[in-house]
Amino acid sequence: MKAHLTRRYQFSASHRLHSEHFDERQNREIYGKCNNPHGHGHNYKLEVTVSGEPNPETGMVCNLADLDSFVEREIMLNLQFSNLNEVEIFRNKVPTTENLSRELFHLLREQFRLAKVEKVRIEETMMNSFEYAGGRELGAL
Amino acid sequence: MVYLTRRAEFSASHYYHNPKLSAEENLRIFGKCNNPHGHGHNYTLEVTVAGEVDERSGFVVDLKRLKELMSREVIDGLDHRHLNKEVPEFRDKIPTTENLAIAIWDRLKGKLDGARLHRVRLYETDDLFVDVYGEA
Repeated sequence: MKAHLTRRYQFSASHRLHSEHFDERQNREIYGKCNNPHGHGHNYKLEVTVSGEPNPETGMVCNLADLDSFVEREIMLNLQFSNLNEVEIFRNKVPTTENLSRELFHLLREQFRLAKVEKVRIEETMMNSFEYAGGRELGAL
Repeated sequence: MVYLTRRAEFSASHYYHNPKLSAEENLRIFGKCNNPHGHGHNYTLEVTVAGEVDERSGFVVDLKRLKELMSREVIDGLDHRHLNKEVPEFRDKIPTTENLAIAIWDRLKGKLDGARLHRVRLYETDDLFVDVYGEA
C-alpha cells in the first residue's frame, strides 16, 4: 500500500513584493509593508511530501538521506540566507509564497527521481502557510 | 490551484448542556464539560482558501483582507465571550468544537473575493481539532 512521507526543512530569506505590472502607488496599495524597497525577511518552513510503496527490503518510501541531500543541494544552497528577488526563479516573478510553493514543487517533481513528490507546503510565518500539489485539488483530508 | 492557510486565535468559555436531558444524563454524557459555571479554551482557527495565483500580483487572495474578514466575521464576535450566553448560534445548540467549526464556516462562506473557502480547522487544544469542508 502506498504511503506518504513528509519531511520538514527551514530556511531564512528576505524578499520584497513588487510587480512590474503595477505603478509605484498600486504596488504600495497592493503589497503594503511587503513593498518596502529594502525588503524584509522570514524564517520559512518547507514541508515536502513524497509517496510510494515502501521498498520491501528497507521499509522506506525513499531514503531520507537522499531527499535531504537533494533539498540541500538544489534548494537550500540557493535559498538559505538569500534575497529571493535575486534568485533565478524570481527573475520575472514576484517572490510571493504562492509563487515560491509552485516553483519548489515543480523543481522537486521534475528533478527528484527517488519517490513521487506529492505536495509542497510552506509556512511563511506561524500565521500563514501555502500548499501546492501541481494544481490538483487537495480534497478533504 | 494554490491553497493558502491563515491562522488566528481567540479565547472563549463554554459548557456543554442539553436541556432535553436530565441532570444525570447531562453529567454522564458531558462529564466535567457540564459544569454550569463553564470553562475556557484558547482556540486556534485555521482558514484555508483555494484559488489560482493572479499572475500580476502573485497572490491567491490579499492576506490582509482575509485577516480582516476573519477578524470581522469570527474573532470579534467570539474572542473573550461566553459561547453559550453571548453567541447567537449557540442559543439552542451545544457549543462543541464541531458545532463551532460549522458556525465559523457559515460565517465565512460566500464572503471571499476571488477564492474558494476550502477548509475550516478549529483547534480546541493542541491535541484536539475539527475540520469542516462545507459538505452536507
